[in-house]
Amino acid sequence: MSGAQASARSNPPVAEASAGTGPAAAQASARSNPPAAQASARTSQPVAAIELRGARASMGGREVWSDVDLVVHPGEFVAVLGSNGSGKSTLLKAILGLVETEPGTVGVLGGPAGSANREIGYLPQRHGFGSALALRGVDLVRLGLDGASWGLPSPIGRRASRRQARARVQEVIELVGASAYAGRTLSELSGGEQQRILIAQALVRRPRILMLDEPLDSLDLPNQAAVTALVQHICRAENVAVLLVAHDVNPLLAYLDQVIYLAGGRALQGPVEQVITGPTLSELYGVAIEVLRTRDGRLVVVGQPEAPHLHGPRHGARPDG
Amino acid sequence: MGDPMLSSMGNPTLSWNLVSDVRELLDYQFMVNALQAGTIVAVMAGVVGWYMVLRRQSFAGLTIAVMAFPGASGAALAGLPSALGYYLACGIAALTIGRAGGSSSRARSAESATIGVVQVAGLAAGFLFLSLYSGVLEQLETLLFGTFLGIDQSQVLTLLVVALFVLAVLAFVGRPLLLASLDPELARACRVPVRALDIGFLLVLGFAVAATSQITGALLVFALLVAPPAAAQALTPRPGLSLVLSVAFALLVTWVGLGISYFSIYPLGFFITSLAFALYVLCQLARHGAARLARRARMHEPAAGAAV
Repeated sequence: MSGAQASARSNPPVAEASAGTGPAAAQASARSNPPAAQASARTSQPVAAIELRGARASMGGREVWSDVDLVVHPGEFVAVLGSNGSGKSTLLKAILGLVETEPGTVGVLGGPAGSANREIGYLPQRHGFGSALALRGVDLVRLGLDGASWGLPSPIGRRASRRQARARVQEVIELVGASAYAGRTLSELSGGEQQRILIAQALVRRPRILMLDEPLDSLDLPNQAAVTALVQHICRAENVAVLLVAHDVNPLLAYLDQVIYLAGGRALQGPVEQVITGPTLSELYGVAIEVLRTRDGRLVVVGQPEAPHLHGPRHGARPDG
Repeated sequence: MGDPMLSSMGNPTLSWNLVSDVRELLDYQFMVNALQAGTIVAVMAGVVGWYMVLRRQSFAGLTIAVMAFPGASGAALAGLPSALGYYLACGIAALTIGRAGGSSSRARSAESATIGVVQVAGLAAGFLFLSLYSGVLEQLETLLFGTFLGIDQSQVLTLLVVALFVLAVLAFVGRPLLLASLDPELARACRVPVRALDIGFLLVLGFAVAATSQITGALLVFALLVAPPAAAQALTPRPGLSLVLSVAFALLVTWVGLGISYFSIYPLGFFITSLAFALYVLCQLARHGAARLARRARMHEPAAGAAV
């Protein structure tokens, strides 16, 4: 399997070539409730979890994307796709209110971006853990609960609140299936195990929005499938809006409601079968692009101007992933 | 060394009765002052050092400590109190290093280069001040290697004020600082002012170093600032527990070091440093032993599972 991937990746024009695991297309088309793709159904839905209107983001004076309109509703599982540098991570930062989006607007849970960050579980893209490697999984999850609170924990009712906090940490660790190893330090865990701990950390405050920046990066295929299934389960069970940044849509195909595709400074939103098509992507990129569907339902995008370097070197100065 | 105070009080000898030894030691006001100062400094160094080791800023800490040398010699030259020189020089060095910092990897490598430059410039300035200072700077050895003689009540009071300030600041920013140290990206998303905390922590570190170096000397600050927290962090991954252990180790090293050096003619800095080093080695050995045991236990686990 990995040999096939490697050879496919070495062929530059074939961009999205890594393998999916199941009969993804069948499942994708048989999804029970495909959410409305565009503005038509917006009025009938309750307040959107995330809503961008004509938003424009720039970093270091360079415009990353502009005129972006997006809507994500509670309980939707949305993948954010696009090449390196297309502004995927910038999109998450814009939703967190860390990036200027003038003259457009970014609404989060009915308020402006940045006003509801406590309601957002965020898993930043990581290039290693640094000092956190020495921490136990439980402690890292706990940090997600009250790590940003100033001052000492108040002594009044401290016992009860501590017990409550501990119970919540245990609960969320069970939810992600990490109970067996949450007591070990991160340095002793595998990549998949670390990722589950991090997802637990992002979930511990019961967020209404979950944003994961390349959580599947550096995971093997079974772990990619397991983590994606876990995220979908959380999305459905807790009615959380999920934005998951990924390089490759194939491991996600069976689980997604919609994709947001970033390219050429613009963004497109819709169901996979509407967005990842030759004509749509050709228009977005401005060059001829073909989308091939393999017999087992995987999508292969051919002709992307900038082939993603799936495991290429990471550049510190790059504005985003 | 021929310390006048040591010779004037006769020859203290260590008996087998530890209680009477401690009582004898507490009969002297200078010893009480030294123990008070040492205790204050140990608690502060245990806490600040714990964050410093966690944040991997030991090099910055060492450089700030070296700044005590130009600070004190510059103060002597200008006719100012040496404590003022310590705090000023350490504070300026902390701000300079903090300005160069940042969270990206490029900023980090620039930071370490800046620290090196600051250190060398500080040392050079110190030597210049020393040679410009026409009189003999008597406390040079004290400045570099520390002393416990001649700490007066006003110095203890100053240390107490600095320590309370430093600990109050750390108590307030403790958890966000931990988050920002471990995961700056997430901290930023939680609206924690990561950059301000970076600079603020270095400033706090500067004050702590200036205070600590008055007991251990500028060169041996690290006996209290690095060894106890590093030993504690080797023993346990739990943040709260290792912080408590760090303070306990710093206190242990300081008290035992002060006790021994009272009965000895050799300098305090040597004892504190040796004790801290021994503690660190012991904790590292304990950690390796525990890791080996855990590995062995885990190797037996799958076999047991297969048998079921």
